[in-house]
Amino acid sequence: MNSCLPTDITERIILAGFGGQGMMLLGKLIAQAAMIDGKKVTYFPSYGTEVRGGTAVYHLIISNNEIFSPIIEEADTLIVMNQPSYQKFKGMLKAGGLLLLNTSMIKSDNFPDAKIYEVPATEIASKLGNVLVSNIVMLGAYLAIKKLFSPNLILEQLQGMLKAKKGNLFAINKQALERGLHLIESIHHPYVR
Amino acid sequence: MKQLMTGNEAAAEAAIVAGCRYYYGYPITPQNELINYMSMRMPQIGGSFIQAESEIAAINMVYGSAAAGARAMTSSSSPGISLKQEGISYLAGSELPCVIVNIQRGGPGLGDISASQADYFQAVKGGGHGDYHTIVLAPSSVQEMADLVYDAFDLADKYRNPVMILGDAQIGQLMEPMEFHKRPKKNLPQKTWSLTGAEGRKRNIVKSFYPVKGQLEEFNAHLQRKYKAIEEHEVRYETVNTHKADIVLVAYGTSARVCADVVRKSRQLEFKVGLIRPITLWPFPKEIIRKISEKVQCILTVEMSAGQMVEDVRLAVEGKCPVHFYGRTGGGVPTSTQVIKKIVEVVPDNLANTLLQLAEVR
Repeated sequence: MNSCLPTDITERIILAGFGGQGMMLLGKLIAQAAMIDGKKVTYFPSYGTEVRGGTAVYHLIISNNEIFSPIIEEADTLIVMNQPSYQKFKGMLKAGGLLLLNTSMIKSDNFPDAKIYEVPATEIASKLGNVLVSNIVMLGAYLAIKKLFSPNLILEQLQGMLKAKKGNLFAINKQALERGLHLIESIHHPYVR
Repeated sequence: MKQLMTGNEAAAEAAIVAGCRYYYGYPITPQNELINYMSMRMPQIGGSFIQAESEIAAINMVYGSAAAGARAMTSSSSPGISLKQEGISYLAGSELPCVIVNIQRGGPGLGDISASQADYFQAVKGGGHGDYHTIVLAPSSVQEMADLVYDAFDLADKYRNPVMILGDAQIGQLMEPMEFHKRPKKNLPQKTWSLTGAEGRKRNIVKSFYPVKGQLEEFNAHLQRKYKAIEEHEVRYETVNTHKADIVLVAYGTSARVCADVVRKSRQLEFKVGLIRPITLWPFPKEIIRKISEKVQCILTVEMSAGQMVEDVRLAVEGKCPVHFYGRTGGGVPTSTQVIKKIVEVVPDNLANTLLQLAEVR
């Protein structure tokens, strides 16, 4: 398998966005790929009071070793889709961590100490013809940066989830993933502060 | 094959694997994935799913199915489990096997929907009226949730006793890779006491009512003999690094995962931290706690409550070493940093400095 996670490495990811922006699915795709790749995984979603339009946050931990608490105290990576989530969760990123921003919905000012990648995911998704795939654009960007799994492994998961019923959506999701990947590959130096 | 499942879904599927074909529930966060999963799966396998009109109705439906000899389950979260207590007392009094899942949330009252362990007293000390016990199992991972739910049905049948799975919102909502190790149960043991229609045999009676003087005391003596047997044979626990430990943590479920992380961090130091994780909360693993308490400087109990299990730990220790407590309430989940700070607070001063390094370990 095309894994690039060295031994004794743990990746703690916090995903946050509006309910409805597909953060749950984004995390689940990474979690499933990690599981198939033989990694230990915990994925702790927010639940209950989250509604379309509110902020929803997800804690995803991938490791070669046993994972104890699934709650992240300090994140290695923060993937954020909207302004309120950014304000609320930016403090959880460790110094020098990876910050992946959906700049279609987040104003790029006053960033913390981080490796920052700016992805206009909502705009890219809209241009592809379906705003709902903005999460998959972000996923593509994340994969291009951290290279934890091959994009094909993610596409296999996606195909399995969509199945026959929503099979017609596979093509646009694949496009979205590729757009995210290519966007990062075309940037040579991230904006680091 | 491994699959990514929430604790709630794993509990539901494990019940089906164990041969449960009757599920009755009423929605409440954070256990809704369980009832949702059952509503999807039970019709697929020819089982019965009923979304009852209330939690009270659901537990009494369980009574009916259990009396008829079937494997039956209900689930809820704290406020809903409070409503079920009358039914649970009747199930215990009628010696009916069944499984009740409590995915605890913050209390008292309607509380909140965050993880909590504040229903410990209710689960292990009765909850309903009368001298009874439910067997209480506390999973600390999604895999263990599935394994314990499967075993719960066997334990319930073996002792004709209700079994409670005491989880919490974190275990219920958490997704982890898990697999079903055991084969689906096909041939369940015959229950000769069950109500299946008395044609051609002597009638069976299932009841918890003994109005003739002396009969109820006799029945209670029988129950107590049964509970003693359970205490002798069914205690389950896990120990981590307790050999030569200076301080031992006692924690179950979600709290135990946090404490296991503290144990891992302490491995690099000379000061050794161990962990006793009760898996059965009743019967409580008092023997091992007493044994270990004779060799350590002190014990620290960690719970997501204001201090409930710590009372049983103290009873087990019988004053052989100091027993300290750290707890979070109202939906708070302890972090390893907080537990370490508490350890530093309770150990002798000369060790505190060494321990402060613990907080630096990632």
